Amino acid sequence: MSANLSAIFYLISGVLFILALRGLSSPETSRQGNLFGILGMVIAITVTFLSVGNFSSGFVYVLIFLTIGGLIGAFIAYKIPMTAMPELVAGFHSLVGLAAVFVAISAFLNPEAFNLGSSGNIKLGSLIEMSIGAAVGAVTFSGSIIAFLKLQGIMSGAPITFKGQHPLNALILISIIVLTYLLCSTQSAHFFWIMLAVSFLIGFLLIVPIGGADMPVVISMLNSYSGWAAAGIGFTLENSALIITGALVGSSGAILSYIMCKGMNRSFFNVIMGGFGAAEQSGLSSGSKEQRPVKTGNAEDAAFLMKNASSVIIVPGYGMAVAQAQHALREMVDTLKKNDIKVSYAIHPVAGRMPGHMNVLLAEANVPYDEVFELEEINNDFANADVAFVIGANDVTNPSAKTDPESPIYGMPILDVEKCKSVLFVKRSLSPGYAGIDNNLFYKENTLMLFADAKKMTEEITKNL
Amino acid sequence: MEIDPFIFRLSIFILSIFIGYYVVWSVTPSLHTPLMSVTNAISSVIIVGAIIAGLAGNSENIFNTSSIFGFLAISLAAINIFGGFLVTQRMLQMYKKKNK
Repeated sequence: MSANLSAIFYLISGVLFILALRGLSSPETSRQGNLFGILGMVIAITVTFLSVGNFSSGFVYVLIFLTIGGLIGAFIAYKIPMTAMPELVAGFHSLVGLAAVFVAISAFLNPEAFNLGSSGNIKLGSLIEMSIGAAVGAVTFSGSIIAFLKLQGIMSGAPITFKGQHPLNALILISIIVLTYLLCSTQSAHFFWIMLAVSFLIGFLLIVPIGGADMPVVISMLNSYSGWAAAGIGFTLENSALIITGALVGSSGAILSYIMCKGMNRSFFNVIMGGFGAAEQSGLSSGSKEQRPVKTGNAEDAAFLMKNASSVIIVPGYGMAVAQAQHALREMVDTLKKNDIKVSYAIHPVAGRMPGHMNVLLAEANVPYDEVFELEEINNDFANADVAFVIGANDVTNPSAKTDPESPIYGMPILDVEKCKSVLFVKRSLSPGYAGIDNNLFYKENTLMLFADAKKMTEEITKNL
Repeated sequence: MEIDPFIFRLSIFILSIFIGYYVVWSVTPSLHTPLMSVTNAISSVIIVGAIIAGLAGNSENIFNTSSIFGFLAISLAAINIFGGFLVTQRMLQMYKKKNK
């Protein structure tokens, strides 16, 4: 296949990838969009086979490795519970990163195969592109591994900070640039390997200080990095499908990071510098020392309140995911609806551990997506609703984000749960949320605390309805 | 003077960033998780580089250091392609409207 013809096919697959993302603008078109994506991938892979045109025994091995990977991927895709999506996505990002590193390594070792010159005499431009792809890929890989371990709970979600962290990181970043320069001027493989090793290291160091509640930003950011790594490799391979995709994914991840940061009213820089929760707790203990009375209730009380309501708004949070309470919740809502009670769901942009996390869980529990609303769409409805049922969320309802300029979450957009006639909080204990901040809402006259496992409590309420 | 082909690739890249910007802003927030998994799958189109690397060996010498990295990258990218598209499909199947 001629180079021009294959370039046109790569362009087509790039366009199909754009359509795949475009489809996600509404759930109706999204499934078709996904098929466009698959078609684009099939075209890209087929064209690559045809353009290399080397159907020797190497071809068999390519198919073998492709099949092995494909089977593992398909197995994971069918087995993974929806609550584990953040971990899965973090894990997948690490694989994209590592694949980018591996492709860069093989291009560096065998530049002839890629038309990049000869070993020890690689074209300067290609060498720079390759280094960028490899370095960003390495950062994506090690960063995603840390994010995965934190999400999986293997590593503590608490931010790990140490003295001199920021100067060290800055030093490492500068050394990557210096090493790339040395690599380009000497073509020595030593510099390539050192540069890679240092890039892996900086990936670890960048994510380690970021706390669990900031994971939505981290995942989006790593998503973005994996795109830039792919684009870097795309430039090396002079492949437009890869360049287009890399740019799409890179900007997609960047936009998601921006949306997540805005959902927390924090600057991107602030999140990256890390160390949220840890620093705040000390300053807060003074203000919240006195034991304030809270009203606690049981499933019967909650059922009574909701039975007499005409509209209920559900506010799910990460706690719902942990307790796997989404199905029990949907059953409760079904019962409420049978009693002619209007029910809707309110989702805060940073609810859960990744963008859109709650929406997927509710969809899994067969909640129709047109009953689920974003913050701006539903926030005015709280004032007219009778009951807000907060299940596993906390900080996103905290009124101090509006009233207390001292609060670390001051300025963060919150769901106006306090405006409801009554508020039900399903929580394990009075402990503060991830940000380590006490929630005044717990002590309000019209708040009833339901201390229990989210799933058990919801099931019991359903029984009492 | 002839324009370096790099400039054309750079143009594609920059314009694609803008396309990505507008397309992603039009994605409904409730589909942000599938957006992440599908971007994951499509960024694994990096497999084209891995295939070229894997096929670079000649018939006497299929496995050399370069092609081994290529083969490994093929597997990694394939996990992402299959896993990413299938898990996205699985999620999208769950998004349903109210049944009346």
